[in-house]
Amino acid sequence: MSAPATPAVPSAPTPPPPAAATPGPRLESAEKRRQRLSTGVLIVVVGVLLLVLLASTHGASRFALSNAFDPVQLPTVSLPGLPTVLVCAVLCLLAGAGFVSGRLHGRLPAVAGTVAGIAFTLGFLAWAAAGRDLPFPVSNQFAGTLSLATPLVFGALCGVLCERAGVVNVSIEGQFLVSAFVAAVVGSVTGSLAAAIVSAMVAGFGMAVLLALFAIGFKVNQVVLGVVLNVFASGITGFLFDQLVSPQAEKLNSAPVMAALPIPGLSKIPFFGPVLFSQPVLAYLAVIAVVLVWWLLTRTSWGLRIRSVGEHPAAAEVVGISVTGVRWSAVLAGGLLAGLGGSFFTVGATGSFDKDFTVGNGFIALAALIMGRWNPVLAALMAVFFGFVTQMGSQMQTLSTPVPSQFLLLLPYVATIIAVAGLIGRVRAPAADGEPYEKG
Amino acid sequence: MTTQPDQTAEPQPAPGLRLRGMTKRFGSLVANDAIDLDIEPGRIHCLLGENGAGKSTLMNVLYGLLQPDEGEITVDGEPVRIGSPKQAMAAGIGMVHQHFMLVDVFTVAENLVLGREGGALLDMRRARRTVRELSDRYGFAVDPDAVIEDLPVGVQQRVEILKALANDARFLIFDEPTAVLTPQETDELIAVIKSLRDEGRAIVFITHKLREVRELADTITVIRRGKVVGTAEPGESEAKLAELMVGRSVNLTVAKAAPATEGDPRLVVRGLSVTGPTGVPVVRDVDLDVHGGEIVCIAGVQGNGQTELAEALLGTVPVSAGGVELDGTPITRLTPRQRIDLGLGFVPEDRQRDGFVGSFSVAENLVLNHVTEPPYASGIGLRVDRIRAEALDRVAEFDIRTQSVDTPVSALSGGNQQKVVLAREMSRPLAVMIANQPTRGVDVGAIEFLHARLVAERDRGTAVVIVSTELDEVIALADRIVVMCGGRIVGIVPANTSREVLGLMMAGVSADEAMRTAATTTEDVNEVIT
Repeated sequence: MSAPATPAVPSAPTPPPPAAATPGPRLESAEKRRQRLSTGVLIVVVGVLLLVLLASTHGASRFALSNAFDPVQLPTVSLPGLPTVLVCAVLCLLAGAGFVSGRLHGRLPAVAGTVAGIAFTLGFLAWAAAGRDLPFPVSNQFAGTLSLATPLVFGALCGVLCERAGVVNVSIEGQFLVSAFVAAVVGSVTGSLAAAIVSAMVAGFGMAVLLALFAIGFKVNQVVLGVVLNVFASGITGFLFDQLVSPQAEKLNSAPVMAALPIPGLSKIPFFGPVLFSQPVLAYLAVIAVVLVWWLLTRTSWGLRIRSVGEHPAAAEVVGISVTGVRWSAVLAGGLLAGLGGSFFTVGATGSFDKDFTVGNGFIALAALIMGRWNPVLAALMAVFFGFVTQMGSQMQTLSTPVPSQFLLLLPYVATIIAVAGLIGRVRAPAADGEPYEKG
Repeated sequence: MTTQPDQTAEPQPAPGLRLRGMTKRFGSLVANDAIDLDIEPGRIHCLLGENGAGKSTLMNVLYGLLQPDEGEITVDGEPVRIGSPKQAMAAGIGMVHQHFMLVDVFTVAENLVLGREGGALLDMRRARRTVRELSDRYGFAVDPDAVIEDLPVGVQQRVEILKALANDARFLIFDEPTAVLTPQETDELIAVIKSLRDEGRAIVFITHKLREVRELADTITVIRRGKVVGTAEPGESEAKLAELMVGRSVNLTVAKAAPATEGDPRLVVRGLSVTGPTGVPVVRDVDLDVHGGEIVCIAGVQGNGQTELAEALLGTVPVSAGGVELDGTPITRLTPRQRIDLGLGFVPEDRQRDGFVGSFSVAENLVLNHVTEPPYASGIGLRVDRIRAEALDRVAEFDIRTQSVDTPVSALSGGNQQKVVLAREMSRPLAVMIANQPTRGVDVGAIEFLHARLVAERDRGTAVVIVSTELDEVIALADRIVVMCGGRIVGIVPANTSREVLGLMMAGVSADEAMRTAATTTEDVNEVIT
């Protein structure tokens, strides 16, 4: 057999492409089917729930589009309560039936999921606002969403960086807590917002060093480690708060508060101006951070290396990349972002710290990251979504609905599950997420 | 390496990569014992040895993934220290790994540029151009924007080769490169490797397949138990090479009588389909009859539905359509436990994961499949004495080399672990025996034994189904050969079908067409099939 410079085309017919590419009846796997059916049934259930709520829907539902301080006042929209809820219920039932029947293909499941999510939210609000003395404050809803979402976005981005590099970060909560504490104390002592924010980033970085040291250096189980770091953060901030800060609260726990920074021109747009362009500087930074993290991950060598060590560390190792080095850098960069997010809880809100002040926001950021499929943009959108449902829950309380408020706070999460199931489907983590790397 | 010594310098040492006295120990095990190896430009150096002989360890040392305990490496006469893959790459060494070192979710271009980005910003346009240039130069036809996981295995391997070439590797190591390829893909790879040699690159080709060695090698070095036991000429006979590799003469053929006369089939499969986790059918409409007293081998390239078919027969993956009967009893809806009780024996593909519990003793593993029944259990208690007695019998019968029956199975060699699995499955009367890759990663001595046991099981009247990606094994054992491709049965052919026809069928060509194609091209490939 001769050895041509370029191998000759084999005489045999080329092998057919792998099974994935061959046309043929596309059977549904058991897992997909289960997911589709459970999504459909869930949507039908909320549709039925809306139908039940119909019985207690009386009068018109009013939605206020601007609050009293806005420069441009918009009219209050009034919808007839009963028909609105009814239409929303029917939309939910149709979308649910679509999922159950299995007739939805291509983009339709995503569309149906979105429709069901919006219909449920709107129908639920219409029911809650129907016949109340006060209109539902829509602009407050959106403004509050953004301020709740700001720390979540930073936390989710921190998680994206860590987990794309293969380090599971359950300790976002702890990073939040320590940096919120440090921001409050440093802000109080120096009176400077900039100093507070920078010191919070340093604190987040410090927590990240602990995470990296044990997760990458000592290969500790990363979930257990994250829980331990959270307990540690809660303990140390609680201890310092009791012993040091609360006895001299005026001196150590009264940091300056970030004021809203209206963007000239844009903030004058009716409705959108006050909601989007009159936010504290950290909110703008959060948006920039989303773009920055996306750009770093997809357009830089560092990002490519982060993704490679999170997917197949051995492949990175054999082309001369230091797996531990890249993982360290990603975790530390994430720590800086988490520190920014943590500072928002104190200097972005009241300027003071209290024990366990971040109340589980770090875990919500983690959920946003997973539901955002480890993608910075999707994770940030999910963070905004969580901000939305949390804000909606607290707005509802002010409407004095007949249902206990705790129950109302819970319900919006049902919408979350539906949206996630319909829009996102099966999630796939970075292949080496949480796997310590053993050389050789 | 880039600086040329000027003419007045001392006599120039012969170019090439030389290993001297390489020794690598893992605890008390000496994986490489003072190995010398010369890798010269323009030559293909075949490194032949059994699984576990230390070939891969040696190459991992050479590539900087492991640090040697003793020994020296020189490139063109200059001593070099290779402490990391980076230094290996700098020394001009490239490696095509047995398990591809490709990031599955990256594109070809991204995989190529990884580690050699050449700046903080990614220049994907340049990366794509590099892929296109190299791929045109070697006739690879690789799309730079294709995502690795969507590519067939043969193309993925070409991406691995491109990665090494992009780095302009002078010394190219191929670690068991043909394990995952069809015979045709193997032929193409061999042509590629020869053309790389003709460009003046030095090739190291690691394998345990004798046929490839005879086809490719310019130099052959045989390694056994970490030591170089000899070198051989490329023209050496397979039997001689095998003897050198194993250390004694081996019988490469399996002695077996004609299959028993056919009665009613003991295993009947009709229209069986299995859908994979992503919704893609992985087994499509499979019909199969297996009679008692015959061995049916399922041949095919890794990942064409054989594993899923075997697991569907056991009942560990759900069936989306079709049915299975065992001795006339429909078993499609039965649990694996119920099927086992009906006389189904099963040897899983990945014995480490599915075949035994590594931390359990040999005795415990030998009764795992019926440990809850008499005589091994009474009530909720275990009869430890009975279990031990049984184990002693099995260890003797199956020649399991273990210190005692209380030794954890994880401490045994691959071959002895597989004997434990086989001994357990064959310790009771079987109707159907399904063995998936029964000799993977097993040394030649144990292979002979395992093959003999499988034939003995056939002669007891059991219907034996063997899934194997090794054509040698298929040809040696089968009474009939079933070839699968893309989840379908391409054809069922007699045992004496030629290697080339089987290869074409493994690529999806129907049996008739494969025989026609083979007949017209036989002259060109005569050497391949001898």
